[in-house]
Amino acid sequence: MASEDVVLYGTWSSSFVDRVKWALKMKGVEYQFVEEDLLNKSPMLLQYNPVHKKVPVLVHAGKPIAESTVILQYIDEVWPQNPIMPEDPYDRATARFWAKFIDEKEAVWAAIGPCTNEPGKNVEPALAALRVLDDHLGGRKFFSGDTIGYVDLVAGWMIK
Amino acid sequence: MAKEVKLLGFWASAYVVRVQIALNFKGIEYEYVEEDLKKKSELLLQSNPVYRQVPVLVHGGKPIPESMVILEYIEEAWPEKPLLPQDPYQRAMAPTFKNKIYRSRSSPFQCLPSGVKYFTTKGEDQLKAKEELVENLRILEGALQGNKFFAGETAGMVDIVAGWLPFWIRRMEGLFGDKVVEEDNLPHLNAWFQDYLSLPFVREKLPPPDKVCAHLRGLLASLEPN
Repeated sequence: MASEDVVLYGTWSSSFVDRVKWALKMKGVEYQFVEEDLLNKSPMLLQYNPVHKKVPVLVHAGKPIAESTVILQYIDEVWPQNPIMPEDPYDRATARFWAKFIDEKEAVWAAIGPCTNEPGKNVEPALAALRVLDDHLGGRKFFSGDTIGYVDLVAGWMIK
Repeated sequence: MAKEVKLLGFWASAYVVRVQIALNFKGIEYEYVEEDLKKKSELLLQSNPVYRQVPVLVHGGKPIPESMVILEYIEEAWPEKPLLPQDPYQRAMAPTFKNKIYRSRSSPFQCLPSGVKYFTTKGEDQLKAKEELVENLRILEGALQGNKFFAGETAGMVDIVAGWLPFWIRRMEGLFGDKVVEEDNLPHLNAWFQDYLSLPFVREKLPPPDKVCAHLRGLLASLEPN
């Protein structure tokens, strides 16, 4: 597939953009990356994501898709090699549940991150949420088992 | 033999109602279990240890919590009578609407929080909340694009996800003697409210309006400072 067909609008620092980059790489999909200045958003971005005006936005054959988790699932459907999502509907539901949990708790974890105004505070809820995730991971290598999958891509920002 | 389907729910929860509507649309037989939210059952606590909330769908003994996750599961486990389009791009577009309606992480367009604000405030604050809610609803008005339903000529996933809006906004309008969505300000959405609520598979699963109003009144009273 020609790389002009797939364009990813993003910023170098965004973890949500990273998820999409990792997924495209896993699938061997060539794409063009457009670095956005979030303080000075391009007309293309505003046109492609008029509601939220945020990155990442994936544009495939001229059609824009926003929201990183939606993009991941779209990528998985259009390029089925090296699947990100499990096959079984119940396992897929489980994956979606944990991705939602991780995204919802993002604010909790960000509150104890390097940019916080109140270092040392808000640690308890963050730790509690991390414990839940740790329990779920159990002794496995990845959330999806032996190979990287959807939940791993969604959680991957935590390593940064 | 088909695996057993159980739904753990609370009669007044919009999240539970939307799952019931989806199950009804697909013609799936299930056992409904009413939970006492002040005294949650062992089954509920075991099935949803993370959030301990309804709804939880239990299919063949395996629990699925979170209404949005349940809806997608229902669609995949019972693919006949699809609620989502077949084309991957169209399918990707459906959740984008869902996120607009439900809650987007730092999205300015949040119908649910502004709905809650409208419900829980009074006087000037409530007027402001109403304006915010109407602004959010204006986006949905645009998303209808002159169609009868969000999914087109017939109702689909997005209609079911957004379906709490017509029922609960009308209840709040009744409670406050107010009008939020009408012919004058949001004509397409107003029509959609009516069309959606009259669909048989929806109507059959809506809780009794009077009972919901009494429940909302009770909630409001409990929010009053002692």
